[in-house]
Amino acid sequence: MALIRDLARVCKSKNAGPFELTIDVVFEDAETFRRVKATGVLTAALFARLYQVPEEHVLFTPYDAAFAFKATLPRLVPAGDFGDTDVYGCQQHAPLLDVDIPL
Amino acid sequence: MSKELRLLSTSGILGYGFPEASLQAGLARKPDVIGVDGGSVDPGPHYLGSGKPFASPLAIRRDLRLMLRAAIAEKIPMVIGTSGGAGGAPHLAMVAQMVREIAREDGLHFKLALIHAEQDKHWVKQRVAAGRVRALARQPDLTDETIERATRIVGMMGPEPFITALDAGAQVVLAGRSSDPAPWAAATLRAQLPPAPGWYAGKMLECGATPAIPKGHDCLFVTVREDHVECEPTNPARRCTPLSVANHSLHENGSPIHHLEPGGLLDTSECRFEAVSDRAVRISGMRWISADRYTIKLEGVEQAGFRAICVCGTRDPLLIGRVDGFLDTVRQEVATKASAFGVSPDSYQLGIRVYGRDGVMSAREPQRGILPHELGFVLEVVATDSQEVASAVLAMARTNMLHTDFPGRLCREGNMAFPFSPSDIEVGPVYRFSVFHVAELDDPTEAFPIEYETL
Repeated sequence: MALIRDLARVCKSKNAGPFELTIDVVFEDAETFRRVKATGVLTAALFARLYQVPEEHVLFTPYDAAFAFKATLPRLVPAGDFGDTDVYGCQQHAPLLDVDIPL
Repeated sequence: MSKELRLLSTSGILGYGFPEASLQAGLARKPDVIGVDGGSVDPGPHYLGSGKPFASPLAIRRDLRLMLRAAIAEKIPMVIGTSGGAGGAPHLAMVAQMVREIAREDGLHFKLALIHAEQDKHWVKQRVAAGRVRALARQPDLTDETIERATRIVGMMGPEPFITALDAGAQVVLAGRSSDPAPWAAATLRAQLPPAPGWYAGKMLECGATPAIPKGHDCLFVTVREDHVECEPTNPARRCTPLSVANHSLHENGSPIHHLEPGGLLDTSECRFEAVSDRAVRISGMRWISADRYTIKLEGVEQAGFRAICVCGTRDPLLIGRVDGFLDTVRQEVATKASAFGVSPDSYQLGIRVYGRDGVMSAREPQRGILPHELGFVLEVVATDSQEVASAVLAMARTNMLHTDFPGRLCREGNMAFPFSPSDIEVGPVYRFSVFHVAELDDPTEAFPIEYETL
């Protein structure tokens, strides 16, 4: 078992426009990426659960060329609307850090 | 030697700054074009609504002066997209005025093009009526009422208006709201290079040295050839690696492999990243798929009211242990007392952000049950009609945070530590995004009129 915080080179979130949040997890090399991918832990369903959105609203894309996984999902509140807590969306990655990958 | 175009971007945003030595190192490599991205939608709706920049005018002027001197000395074009941060009329006007002043002060002479991106509401309504506007990101369809309420609507231009301006002999091109890579794609398309490497180059150049490590606001040099691009930071303290460049294609986009742009889609799924030195990377394999219909994004904001805020904190464990009940009482007190001075609960929104618990992630916070030894609060009131109402309700909220009793209270002189006097801050008008749609165009330049000046 290994936590994403110990395995990943990058784990970050950011706006993809004012209404969506995009979250990236990037690994060191092709081998680590392949092994993580093979566990099947990183999926649209995982992001749907962590961010409390319907799975059909998660665009999940593994990007082999960059050893990366990307998930894009609706923001809780549009950027800058009343109740938004993170206008740039860059501090929404933390729940992923503690996801266990059974390597 | 095969055809190539050499492009120098000074930083991620005009006004974010860059080391002068990095600019000089870039100029030594004889760029064909110099430029920078002038803005972003990321800082939120305030800037498009207020007409103000999010970088300071002092910092913008500094970057502009260095770039203008370089462009004129080297006799190369200078291109800036999304001028002034949001790319509306006041933003473009502000940067244009700075350019005129710098040109006069420094004795620089050139032809200037200003490409406008703020959209006429009547034109937008006509597009909607013609069924040629559709919503993005699950937003509602655009209605006449939403258009009418908008404070400002901008269209996001592609490369074509830049090409028109450069073809007309403009040496300095300042554009309103633009797709971030568009000025760079324009330069490469004018050089008869294919669109795929040009758009890819633009994707990197719009962020300055962001694709490098260490990441920072600095210059990036990109060479575009027929079937690949090469990128290298000009500051020797930074370098591009295949991983740092590959990661950059994830930046601020919903998909890592499909990048929608005016007129088509950049597909990076088959990209290959190879080190050509320990600090330069060659990227190949990108593809450009032209769209059947040319579309541009529309962005607009409307005023949501007026805001006042206040910051305070508690170190009292007895209060922290029952903070939810305490805040409920405060809310009830505020509602009662605001009604008493004539402000009804439906004319404002009171927000109490609790830092130390869920101030950053709100309802998505998975660990909100863990209580710390201190909690920070940001009180916020957004009133629909006036600053006066926002400030009045906020003052009542602040007083009740300070003095409201709670069971077991020992700190009877006050519940909150206020770091400032005055404690309350009037923020002014508040905006929200209301238009996020795409519109079909007949001609990629039709929504973006160009003015020329000789300085």
